Amino acid sequence: MSEPLLYINIPGLEHHPHVTYTWVLMILFAALTLAVRVSMKLVPTGWQNALEALIVTLVDSMEGIIGHGGSRFLPLVGTLALFVFAGNVIGLIPGCSSPTANVNTNLAMAVIVFVVYNFVGIQKQGFVAYFKHFLGPVWWLSWLIFPIELISHIARPVTLAMRLFGNVKGEDLVIFVLVFLVPLILPMFMMAFAVFTSILQTIVFVLLTMVYLQGALAEEH
Amino acid sequence: MKKNTIFLLAILAIAAIAPAAFAAEGAAGGHNSAAVEYMALGCVVGLGLAALGGGIGMGHAISGALSAMARNPGFYQRLFPNMLIGLALIESLVIYTLVIVLILLYANPL
Repeated sequence: MSEPLLYINIPGLEHHPHVTYTWVLMILFAALTLAVRVSMKLVPTGWQNALEALIVTLVDSMEGIIGHGGSRFLPLVGTLALFVFAGNVIGLIPGCSSPTANVNTNLAMAVIVFVVYNFVGIQKQGFVAYFKHFLGPVWWLSWLIFPIELISHIARPVTLAMRLFGNVKGEDLVIFVLVFLVPLILPMFMMAFAVFTSILQTIVFVLLTMVYLQGALAEEH
Repeated sequence: MKKNTIFLLAILAIAAIAPAAFAAEGAAGGHNSAAVEYMALGCVVGLGLAALGGGIGMGHAISGALSAMARNPGFYQRLFPNMLIGLALIESLVIYTLVIVLILLYANPL
């Protein structure tokens, strides 16, 4: 596959469009939220309304899934939701490429989620009690359960990254192939489907983050 | 075994060793011709099997969700997002196979 033709280029980073477009998204979100902050009203309209709706939805689902102190993770979960959604969708604009279509971006986000949920679990329950959960409910099965738990915990960031990468890169490849079939018309349908799967992948990523946080913070008995 | 079964197995066996036979004539390029052709065969078969399992799983999920929605039409709004999330998680298993195929075909570590 040849190099894509991009509108925005940072000299020196032409082979790394995911870095360039991560910066583009950062500047975009900073400008958007500053513009909303400057003209905040008590009764929200426009962008303020949309962002407040997103925040209220996230806080409600965090309180529901993680439990009582759940909304303190709003910076992490909100950033992930906005970045993943914008990162997926920006690739559909001709001349721009998705940062989430590169496995490095997704793996970075997944490793952040992994470190945060383990750290928060150890911080709440203490080192020993947190690792006792790896041994399972009964002591005479822990030789069997410990490798299974270890592998499933290591699989979590890997699957988070691979799921998002596979979906976004797969959409890009299908659009690439469809452009060769019927140039301007056929990719349109795949792009419409790609917006839908971008929203769905954002929801799945954020939901799994909240579920992992709940698993680390939940105390049995 | 039945005659049809033996026939099908014979065809599969020939298809499985065909890449080695063609590569011996020095056909396609690549690092090692037989390896590249086996890899392509493996990618297609693997992805086909993954799509098979994924399709069956998603069929079960949607069947259950549709039965619940038909039984109780008022619960549509509560069931539909959960069905979509379940489908995305099942689909991600097929996509793991796609990622391995992409790595083998484009980033070619062998």
